[in-house]
Amino acid sequence: MAHAATLDIRNLGKLYPVSGEPKPVLENISLSIKPGEFVSIVGASGCGKSTLLRLIIGLEQDYQGEIVLDGQRIIGTSLNRGIVFQEHRLFPWLTVEQNVGLGLLNSDQSPAQRKKAIQEHIDLVGLKGFETAYPYQLSGGMGQRVAIARALVNRPEVLLLDEPFGALDALTRNYLQQELQRIWEQEGITMILVTHDVEEAVYLGDRIVVMQPRPGRIKRIVDVPLARPRDRGSYEFAAIKEDVLQEFGDGKLAADLSVRRPDPVSAGEWHFAW
Amino acid sequence: MSASHSRRQHDWRGVVAPLLFVALWQVAASAGWVNTKLIVSPLAVLQAGWQEITANGFAHALAASLARDLAGFVLGSLAGIAFGVLLGLSRWADRLLGPTFHTLRQISLFAWIPLISIWLGYTDQARVLFIAVAAFYPVVLSTHEGIRSVNKAQFEVAQVYGFSRWQRLVRLVLPAASPQILTGLNLALIYAWLATIGAEFLLPSFDATGVGATVIRGRAAFRVDVIIVGMLVIGLTGYALNRLAQRLEDRLLIWRGPAH
Repeated sequence: MAHAATLDIRNLGKLYPVSGEPKPVLENISLSIKPGEFVSIVGASGCGKSTLLRLIIGLEQDYQGEIVLDGQRIIGTSLNRGIVFQEHRLFPWLTVEQNVGLGLLNSDQSPAQRKKAIQEHIDLVGLKGFETAYPYQLSGGMGQRVAIARALVNRPEVLLLDEPFGALDALTRNYLQQELQRIWEQEGITMILVTHDVEEAVYLGDRIVVMQPRPGRIKRIVDVPLARPRDRGSYEFAAIKEDVLQEFGDGKLAADLSVRRPDPVSAGEWHFAW
Repeated sequence: MSASHSRRQHDWRGVVAPLLFVALWQVAASAGWVNTKLIVSPLAVLQAGWQEITANGFAHALAASLARDLAGFVLGSLAGIAFGVLLGLSRWADRLLGPTFHTLRQISLFAWIPLISIWLGYTDQARVLFIAVAAFYPVVLSTHEGIRSVNKAQFEVAQVYGFSRWQRLVRLVLPAASPQILTGLNLALIYAWLATIGAEFLLPSFDATGVGATVIRGRAAFRVDVIIVGMLVIGLTGYALNRLAQRLEDRLLIWRGPAH
């Protein structure tokens, strides 16, 4: 079983240039995540929750404060941090098993170990029998399963999930939430889920971090002391969901849903060059 | 699956028009409606074809043309992919070399003939170079375009999994650009075959054999039948080459699914 990581975020801040002027997208974020914990982050669009994940994975740099994983300051990407994006981002020219294998491309395992790990993780996400399928042959939900297997195959210490089920239909989404919980329990690793679906956050999280926008900061952290698997229809579940939703009650959520957050990829006129 | 299946079955309707044309042609020639010195009958063409194959080493000529074609195609394509990758990946190289490239490609291919013949003479090297130049341009353009269209989100995936530069090139950039690169290669194959015949016309030498050379010989001997045999073989060879390339492309791009 993979070693689960402790993640410490201390006084984190991040500025983005908006029409020439640096504007804070994240301000004074402090959060300590225990090994094996499941933390949900909810917030309206523009609250910087995706930026926070991109900072933790290492796709964004230049921040103030500290992000420390097991005592080490995060610099750039690393194989011990995995991520699942909102779109599956599979390589369409590779089969399911080849896509999962990308996660092991730069690991130091032997070919036999790789083959075994790839098969284990395809089984883990319930895609046995689809090893040689191409992404165009998969449904959206299956594509996300492959993305989860790809992210987990190298046994990362922490898995980041950036609205992974946001583009799926409600039935598939519910089902994959159960599956994700099963995988989390089975693998015992730290997971951080960014979502705008409060029910999803309550269903999966040990704690729910509620963020508010402009600048993005933590408004409140809600504990979810419910036993798993959680019953979405129970009174306790509804009460916590209501409690979290209350945090959006000041009208900011509705107002900010229409504000598009700066697209981090195009923000810096980014170009691949050497 | 069904799309590639039906594509594999031959549709013989395409043969009807040429057959009708040949029949009409034969009737016109036999009935003496035309001057058979200028418009020989299909039967005479068949006889000339048979004679070319059996007595005049036509297979050898075709092989010589194909060898030139493929040599030029391979050289030009490899150079084209390499240059296209450079322009596509390095904004710096694009700024430095792009304008020169786009100016040079405005020069008609045939304008290269005098220069090439002065450098290399009327040799096979000269012909192959001419063919390579013809194949080079479409491959550069399509490779460049293919690489520029690689999804930026996929570069983030490469970054997350710690791809090296080489891994990014061979595992992400080239496969992602492969549909456009293959389109360019298909075009290059057509251009290279046109240039092969062109090279035999414009860079001739008495010892060089080839299908184009056969046509010229037909012209010199006022043998319309030989000219037509040559033209037919040129057309059919080009057609066969492109069918082959199309098959190969379909096979390589199977991951795009039947929607394409």
